[in-house]
Amino acid sequence: MAYDKFNILTSTAVPLPLENVDTDQIIPARFLKATKREGFGDNLFRDWRYNNDNSPKESFVLNNPIYSGKILVGGKNFGSGSSREHAAWAVYDYGFRCVVSSFFADIFRNNCLNVGVLPVQVSAEFSEQIFNAIYDDPNTEIEVNLPNQTITLLSTGAQESFEINSYKKDNMLNGFDDIDYLQSMKSEIESFANGLLL
Amino acid sequence: MSKTLFDKVWDSHVVRKIEGGPDIFFIDRHFIHEVTSPVAFLGLKSRGLKVLYPERTFATADHNTPTINQHLPVEDPLSANQLKALEDNSNEYGISHWGLGHQKNGIVHVVGPENGITFPGATIVCGDSHTSTHGAFGAIAFGIGTSEVEMVLSTQCIMQPKPKKMRININGQLGKGVTPKDVALYIISKLTTSGATGYFVEYAGDVFENMTMEGRMTVCNLSIEMGARGGMIAPDETTFAYLKDKPLSLKGEAWDTAVAHWKTLKTDADAKFDKELTFSASDIEPMITYGTNPGMGMGISKNIPNAEAVEGGVATYKKSLDYMGYHENDQMIGKKVDYVFLGSCTNGRIEDFRAFASIVKGRKKADNVTAWLVPGSHEVEALIKEEGILDIINEAGFVLRQPGCSACLAMNDDKVPAGKYAVSTSNRNFEGRQGPGSRTLLASPLVAAAAAVTGVVTDPRTLL
Repeated sequence: MAYDKFNILTSTAVPLPLENVDTDQIIPARFLKATKREGFGDNLFRDWRYNNDNSPKESFVLNNPIYSGKILVGGKNFGSGSSREHAAWAVYDYGFRCVVSSFFADIFRNNCLNVGVLPVQVSAEFSEQIFNAIYDDPNTEIEVNLPNQTITLLSTGAQESFEINSYKKDNMLNGFDDIDYLQSMKSEIESFANGLLL
Repeated sequence: MSKTLFDKVWDSHVVRKIEGGPDIFFIDRHFIHEVTSPVAFLGLKSRGLKVLYPERTFATADHNTPTINQHLPVEDPLSANQLKALEDNSNEYGISHWGLGHQKNGIVHVVGPENGITFPGATIVCGDSHTSTHGAFGAIAFGIGTSEVEMVLSTQCIMQPKPKKMRININGQLGKGVTPKDVALYIISKLTTSGATGYFVEYAGDVFENMTMEGRMTVCNLSIEMGARGGMIAPDETTFAYLKDKPLSLKGEAWDTAVAHWKTLKTDADAKFDKELTFSASDIEPMITYGTNPGMGMGISKNIPNAEAVEGGVATYKKSLDYMGYHENDQMIGKKVDYVFLGSCTNGRIEDFRAFASIVKGRKKADNVTAWLVPGSHEVEALIKEEGILDIINEAGFVLRQPGCSACLAMNDDKVPAGKYAVSTSNRNFEGRQGPGSRTLLASPLVAAAAAVTGVVTDPRTLL
């Protein structure tokens, strides 16, 4: 899919310091019935964000006006469970461009990279520092620098580097996706398939 | 060089390695369903692409289908729209489509194996994380996102870095009432839901060798719940016997050639794994979960652990118990049960219904329990009738529904109400998974049956 190029993102961040946030929480199954990709942001974290009568739950961080920004900071094992790409779409559609966690579930991380959300994995210690910085000052800014593969707390200068493979990095910098690349490989794929038994 | 089973299958499907990036990975078999495929087809259309090998993709409707009155039009317009999209897209691109009402319709991970679409050494994907089920046949099978569904449709490939390798060994004799589901829930309780993230698992040891194919499917199905992308078991005579003469299995000489190749699909004696774990069969008892992820499980006779005894954050753990309405040190035996769900790609096969029937036979459904018994496919449904299981469950006060994913993810009307407790043979006990506010206890078909006839959490060994 087409998505915005990612280069250097400087933003405030929204803290969600829970572990094992699964994709059923990110977007509950009953909202997967659309046949288009847009609009899932309205139901991001639906059951944590709204009461049964659709009134906002004031205690949930997305309903707290002091926290905002394009970066979502989650706890360990973020995005576990279902392979629904709708979870990554919901995160993107809501307006986040980057999710930070000390550990990501595999499929969710992969899905994020395919839809233009940068998953940034940091150490548990740095994750703690980020949460503390946001709680000390919700206006604190974080810089996520994809070319240099660094994440920096601008208030203190604390910095960590993060991993991303060079292929995916190029894709995100340029807003490309895998289908563009695979299309260019088609004749090689076809000759591979011709050699298969089944 | 020595190779693992996983290496052998993976390496033979790499079209090209990209320097510093993922492998271009060829997919033999691709399953699609109504929920995660429509947007992939939209993508194809907007780029003007075709489906490269429509004969390698198979469509079945399962996630949002009703489990009663399937002959009537689907009432929910959004679900009906998705089902129509699956049908229209399949027709337009020449993909085999087993829609609602088709005699081969059922849950994708049930109908694939039972029709012989799945085979050893295959690479199999689907926009569904429980695609890991097919690893039971010695296939590399895993769930993908919708962008990747579009990639497979258009190029039959995805781009994947090769995962690390883990082997889980379990030897010994399983105790009375201990099923493949318990083995899987036990492993997950030891590893946590992130313990195998980044790995592909091979299950080895006589516990798995002695399992039926259906048992192996249950184990591999749950690999994703410990974070693994998938799990696999080396194909053997049990595998070949299961697949022989299935509708889409190879026949005659082609079958013999394939079996000869499949017999080479095992881990070499000196092959290395990045991680190796060993458990003992005798330590496993019937399992039940008490929290809001599949790692929060324990032997049914045990008490809920203290937060301090559990890996992970105390706040997350306490939030989870609060959601469930449980407390540290609570005993699970005797806890109230409102709903029982037998079904899903984890436990919706004939052996699961046989197990359930073995306990409810000659007993009655508890008055306080609403039970949903949902076969994984029409074929399973037919066997239930043929083997007399339908009579046994009817006699005990249960009714059989029609095939589909049903209350496992509650996309259709099979929703557990807020605050109610459901003992479920499915795969996830996440908050709200079975309906907003629902509370799920994951367990085997035996534990589900014991709960269904007693109305409370009950050790099935007392009823066997």
